Amino acid sequence: MIEFQLDTASGVATYLQLVQQVRQALQLGILEPGDQLPTAQQVVAKLAINPNTVLKAYRDLEREGLVRPRPGQGTFVVGTLPRIDPAVQGRFLASMTAWLRKAHAAGLGPDDIEAIYRTAVRNASAEGAA
Amino acid sequence: MIRFAWLQFRMQAALTAAALTIVAVVLALTGLELAHLYDTTVAICAAHHDCSAATTNFTAADGPLQVFSDFLLLAVPLLIGMFWGAPLVSREFEAGTFRLAWTQGVTRSRWLAVKLGLGAVASAAIAGLLSLMVSWWSSQLDQVNANPFDSLRFGVRGVVPIGYAAFAFALGLTAGLIFRRMLPAMLAALVGFVAVREAVTAWVRPYLFTPLHQSLPITTATPVSIDQTSPGIIKAFESTRGISLPDAWVYSAKIVDQAGHTPTTSFLSRACPLGNYGPLNPRDCTARLAAKFHQLVTYQPGSRYWPMQWCELAIFLSLSIVLGGFCFWWIRRPVT
Amino acid sequence: MTAVIETNDLGKQYGRKWALRDCTLSIPEGKVIGLVGPNGAGKTTLLSLAVGLLTPTRGSITVLAGRPGDGPAQLEKVGFVAQDTPAYAGLSVGKHLLMGAYLNANWDQQLAKRRIDQLGLDLRQKAGSLSGGQRAQLALTMAIAKQPELLLLDEPLASLDPLARREFLQGLMEIVASHGISVMLSSHLIADLERVCDYLVLLVASHIQLAGEITELLATHHRLSGSRRDPRSLPSSHEVIEESHTDKQSTFLVRTDQPILDPAWTVRPVTLDELVLAYMGQAHNPRPGRRSALGVVS
Repeated sequence: MIEFQLDTASGVATYLQLVQQVRQALQLGILEPGDQLPTAQQVVAKLAINPNTVLKAYRDLEREGLVRPRPGQGTFVVGTLPRIDPAVQGRFLASMTAWLRKAHAAGLGPDDIEAIYRTAVRNASAEGAA
Repeated sequence: MIRFAWLQFRMQAALTAAALTIVAVVLALTGLELAHLYDTTVAICAAHHDCSAATTNFTAADGPLQVFSDFLLLAVPLLIGMFWGAPLVSREFEAGTFRLAWTQGVTRSRWLAVKLGLGAVASAAIAGLLSLMVSWWSSQLDQVNANPFDSLRFGVRGVVPIGYAAFAFALGLTAGLIFRRMLPAMLAALVGFVAVREAVTAWVRPYLFTPLHQSLPITTATPVSIDQTSPGIIKAFESTRGISLPDAWVYSAKIVDQAGHTPTTSFLSRACPLGNYGPLNPRDCTARLAAKFHQLVTYQPGSRYWPMQWCELAIFLSLSIVLGGFCFWWIRRPVT
Repeated sequence: MTAVIETNDLGKQYGRKWALRDCTLSIPEGKVIGLVGPNGAGKTTLLSLAVGLLTPTRGSITVLAGRPGDGPAQLEKVGFVAQDTPAYAGLSVGKHLLMGAYLNANWDQQLAKRRIDQLGLDLRQKAGSLSGGQRAQLALTMAIAKQPELLLLDEPLASLDPLARREFLQGLMEIVASHGISVMLSSHLIADLERVCDYLVLLVASHIQLAGEITELLATHHRLSGSRRDPRSLPSSHEVIEESHTDKQSTFLVRTDQPILDPAWTVRPVTLDELVLAYMGQAHNPRPGRRSALGVVS
């Protein structure tokens, strides 16, 4: 069974972190259709977060067609996500490396790059929530 | 709630029961000895012509225990008020546990009712038991000493200690409820109880029943004293002691004539000329007084002893009920 | 949706000082409510009024559609843990559970025992010798085992070390998940409550400054920065909560239901921490022309 982690400093909403972790687990093959997700009770007993947050995350996943609740039994994985293709990963790694070289050439230091990266991630996840 | 009150009270109950048992055992053993002593000396002293010696010997027996048992009955109601009644509610306020107790599934009124009720009943029972034991133990002593209305003795025999104990408990609890601190509550219980007890003894008990009057002749045994109270005024006084009304409570004794007048100065200066230490000729003085005057004694007869006991018990129980009612009103007030 | 706590112009006065004033709330059920505010703001007063330990000087309060403290049925519905978690020092843990069983009609002894075992508490240990964290857990167990519909906790984390805090919140959230009860817990630190709360009530200086669902609050507050401007030039739908200026730049914390369309602004979301601080600052230095019926989002 998957075990959730929480990064309170990341600025990403808790329920989104849960959704992302389920999706990543699906992408990496850790979760497969038929596996059961931990109950809200189990999650909050470990993470000490509001149960509604867990329920909201599971509802989002259900809307995406990735999980479905079985009354009285729990929430189970029903969908799949495309596994991350190593070739695809390699391509994005190359394009990111090129970008970084260009940023260095333009005079951006590591802190500037960090700031740009964080802003981009925040904006992207905010867009995702809307 | 009753079970919970018992849960909190268990330890104190056990200690009290143990203490009472010890007292009971001591009194039982010594009491039987005392009764035996009485039966073998005082009861038959008339035949042996040694009554005064037998009586003196008897009344001196177990002296320390006599004092202790009277003291115990005197102190127990006060101790109940200070150490049971006062801390019962005040400690909850001091420790903040009232915030735990008043947010369970019982209302404040029920919480108070059980604590007040159980405590008052327990206090009454303890005092009643103690009084029973001590009254039994000293029954012959009391008979010989023959002064049941003595202000000290009256309060440590019979049924009045029950009333005192219930009242002291209620007073302590009320003080704890009002002051919310244990020490001020204990102090208030102490002062309040002593004050009320003294007030009732001095100002209520004598007036519970209208005293009777009786005329007695003046004899040589009558303790009359003649005195010059101020220049040119001579008066005749009579001590209330030694008046032969058995088991009675003598309020006062006056020397009066048929019309109710006291002897005049002129009569006394002729009938009882005074020397340095009183009348020069006491026998003649007494005879002349007896010719024209008699004793007018104001008293409560011995038969009124038990009615007065029940009356005073009723007074203190009523006071306890009033205090209880006040507590219920107080605890329901809007502001905590 | 039924309200779990409803107040109307609620006020509590001591002598001449108002501990709580003009408090109007309607809190929906099934939430974990964070009652936040500095010390002395009135949090304990509000909680005490909700549980019936105090009665209002003005206005009214209704809890679970009943009057607080009004009879055993109402007292059973609300569980309370007071500040400093009072317990009877001379009674053992087991006797405290007995107390709960004797005094509450819906007491679940199995639940209580299970929790005590899970927490590793010794039934025979006297409450007076428990640590602060253990006493807090005992108090929470007693409040939970009576199976209330609402739990009120007054600064339950204040005297706990970080590990005890985490364990307390874990246990609390587990109960919320399994029993679906509403919880209101107070703290003067928003950081404690951020993880677990989905509804916020902010009390400063005896008045409600802010009340609403946290997602709603975060969605309607934004930090706008751009070139230096007068706050009055902002559209009327934007309520300015906080502003700061340099000679070239202005930053505003605004509250609005409308989307921010002006491209001249850099818009950043606001964290709960920033939001609370801004409103607390507002309370001490009120801006002119501020609406009085503020901050209440239903």
